[in-house]
Amino acid sequence: MTIAKINRRSFLKVTALAGGGCMLGLYPKAAALAQGARPAAAPLLPADFIRIAPNGIVTLTAKNTEIGQNVLNTLPMLIAEELDVDWKDVKIVRADADNKYGPQFTGGSTATPMNWEPMRQVGAAGRQMLIAAAANTWSVAATECSTASGRVHHKASNRSLGYGELAAKAATMPVPDLRSVKLKDPKDYKIIGTSTISVETKDILTGKPIFGIDVTVPGMLYAVFQRTPVLGGKAVSANLDAIKALKGVKHAFIVEGRPLRNDYPNYLFEDPGFESGVAIVADSWWAAQSAREKLEVKWDFGKWGAQDSVENAKKAQELSQQPAARTLRQDGDVEAVFKRDDVKAIEGKYVIPFIAHGTMEPQNCTAHFKDGKLEIWTASQIPQNGRTMVAQLLKLPESDVTVHVVRGGGGFGRRAYNDLMLDAAWISRTVAAPVKLIWSREDDIQHDYYRCGGFQFMKGAVDKDGKLAAWHDHFVGYGEGNAFAHDGGFLPTEFPARFVPNYRVQSSVMPLGLKTGALRAPYSNSTAWVIQSFIDELAHAAGKDPLQFRLELLAMPPTDLAGRETGLDASRMTGVVKLVAEKSGWGKRTLPKGTAMGVAFHYSHRGYFAEVAEVTVNANKKIKVNKVWVAADVGSHIINPSSAETQVQGAVIDGLSGMIQEITLKNGAVVQSNYKQHPMLRMSQAPPQIEVHFLKTNNSPTGLGEPALPPILPAVCNAIFTATGERIRTMPMTKQGFSFA
Amino acid sequence: MIRLKVNGKNQQFDGDPDTPLLWVLRDELDLKGTKFGCGMGLCGACTVHVNGQPTRACLTPVSAVSNKSLTTIEGISPDGSHPVQVAWQELDVPQCGYCQAGQIMSACALLAKTPKPTDAEIDTAMNGNLCRCGTYLRIRAAIHKAAELTASNPAKPANSGAGANRLPRRGGNK
Repeated sequence: MTIAKINRRSFLKVTALAGGGCMLGLYPKAAALAQGARPAAAPLLPADFIRIAPNGIVTLTAKNTEIGQNVLNTLPMLIAEELDVDWKDVKIVRADADNKYGPQFTGGSTATPMNWEPMRQVGAAGRQMLIAAAANTWSVAATECSTASGRVHHKASNRSLGYGELAAKAATMPVPDLRSVKLKDPKDYKIIGTSTISVETKDILTGKPIFGIDVTVPGMLYAVFQRTPVLGGKAVSANLDAIKALKGVKHAFIVEGRPLRNDYPNYLFEDPGFESGVAIVADSWWAAQSAREKLEVKWDFGKWGAQDSVENAKKAQELSQQPAARTLRQDGDVEAVFKRDDVKAIEGKYVIPFIAHGTMEPQNCTAHFKDGKLEIWTASQIPQNGRTMVAQLLKLPESDVTVHVVRGGGGFGRRAYNDLMLDAAWISRTVAAPVKLIWSREDDIQHDYYRCGGFQFMKGAVDKDGKLAAWHDHFVGYGEGNAFAHDGGFLPTEFPARFVPNYRVQSSVMPLGLKTGALRAPYSNSTAWVIQSFIDELAHAAGKDPLQFRLELLAMPPTDLAGRETGLDASRMTGVVKLVAEKSGWGKRTLPKGTAMGVAFHYSHRGYFAEVAEVTVNANKKIKVNKVWVAADVGSHIINPSSAETQVQGAVIDGLSGMIQEITLKNGAVVQSNYKQHPMLRMSQAPPQIEVHFLKTNNSPTGLGEPALPPILPAVCNAIFTATGERIRTMPMTKQGFSFA
Repeated sequence: MIRLKVNGKNQQFDGDPDTPLLWVLRDELDLKGTKFGCGMGLCGACTVHVNGQPTRACLTPVSAVSNKSLTTIEGISPDGSHPVQVAWQELDVPQCGYCQAGQIMSACALLAKTPKPTDAEIDTAMNGNLCRCGTYLRIRAAIHKAAELTASNPAKPANSGAGANRLPRRGGNK
């Protein structure tokens, strides 16, 4: 087996992709980067997470950003469980960006795996301090005390004290070493495993102003920011005087920004970029937005001004016909297999488009620069990094930058990029007033960190026993040299690597002038579709049932992982594949003509997901996804079953939306502008039934934000093939005439 | 000067009469429950009731609602006790929650017209409301639940508006 020698920077980029949970493998580095310049070395303190009022009400601090995944509840649930209080006595406050909380990184489905132990340890440590306080009060041994529902009991003397009565004394007790605190036996869990409704649900239902876009600061002005439509472009001049004369406008000015790096940086943990444009600041957002209609800007678009998606597609085709630039992984000898006459070889070209995040709440940020200090309100998914970047931009000490984290109307990875924090901070300082910067939907669709597109030229062969004998992928993507565009690469350990004796993945890249980045299940959200569709093609070539073909493939003895590589555990994947087969009645159901089932699985973010979709396709190639079955293994515990189920269902629907979306470039700029050109599934198009089954295994719990998404695209495409005989190899599927009914 | 009634209260606006109702509600009247999603009537996040009819506030100039009676999410109950709100809470409907005010307003309007809607009627009425998080299955279930809750209180039909259709306050909620 040979693996391409790659330099350390590209190794970090490749392994920073979400496939197989490499994000986690990078945890110490990622966590440090998430926290900005100075990773916290100090252990977590219970006092930073737990406050107990004299009346026993417990206020817990939620350290991660709430963007719809209910982390506002689930992380405090872990604390509350080990603290041994009742959930009804818990109130929740949000943490500002502060290294004392550890890494406040919301992404990569890491909240659960990164916090499962630390938050329980914090709760257990708090409980121990309360017991110590009681023991001290009663002059008894701590070992004679027990707790239940927010009270410490000394059974021998029939005494008890509430946590509220003990809190002040507990705060003076020594803080135990978190690594050695005793945690509950899971069979005693009272909160973990229950479906607590988000503490903010009532506010949502009654229209309370809880989102970033709702923030109000006295004296606040409103801004729009017309950024360069082309990467690296500069605003040279604009009709600023005319704009300043418009009703409500207070300021209009050019923002020079900073030169963007040209080496395909990771915008997530490094500088998100501070682009050039024109800011309009007014006494209402509508006045600013209306003024923008009259804005005339002279741009210098620079080197990316002619970029065109049609040209990129042509270039990809040319590159596919030349020897690949790099070999990322090579096992055995695929060419020798393809030359044999006792194998059946097939080929296919798969086309992956760029797509946008399009969070329901457009990007926004409120900043208040005053007396040399800055206060920011943001739903950033990586607020500590944002704080560091803002401090650097304004040349302030970090201690003079306060970042308040608010609720985000969807994140999906977009809110992990802190570009708006830079923009809002800059604008506020320039106008010396609090400023709320809100993006229009057009801004949001056209200034994204897009899911990177690519082209995969596949070739595979099955032998006379119907087994996968060889797999080859020439991945033509974007980047330069050894660098792929951010989150636009390919993982050398991606399945079926290690499970097929002759395996080769190669890559070639072409330049790209577009910011790319993490969109829910980065890399997997497109790659799983290619891999599980091509596996399906091979199954059909072998004349085998697609599910059976997959089980046989998973049963092949894998080669070992090298060093820091991560890859899937075949027995865990086999478990969910068998479960989904059972629950869906795979192979046992008679379906009418035009209706078929498709199966797919994928390992990402440490989670194992197998999905079956039943679809009906009519004569006009309109698709109805009738039902989806999901079997998932994310370890031993589901913290909040209701939240878990809805996350999986939501990810499935999200994945389906990815089948009808595309972002294209013309004259260097993004063509699409609003939901009309970049749609998402409507209620009538969503599968009316999505059945979720969790297979609990003896593994540490992992996350659910993302891993349910990747398998649904190939599951549906595989069903479409069985129903129609047509293979979807180009996304959006509308290019092949398919659409959701 | 434009006069309008919002959630039972008289309001007035003397700014540009072309200002979309959405921004008058949010920034002039400080009613931030109605959300900005697209500015083009494609997503439904800005749905309010104008004389009981579901309306996209982002596309409605404030002049068009002169002397009309408006209801926003803040006005369908004083305390979250509207059957639609109760059903939404019981079934744990919201994920990020940003679309939900608009969803609820559309659902209220549907149930006012069609107290026991079928799935197909729900799809038709709700298809203008996008949910990026994909809570559609629970929204549909919650509409059915709200219909049941309302049916078990037959004296109070499921219209929106202050004073209409409130269930007894539930205790112990967070």
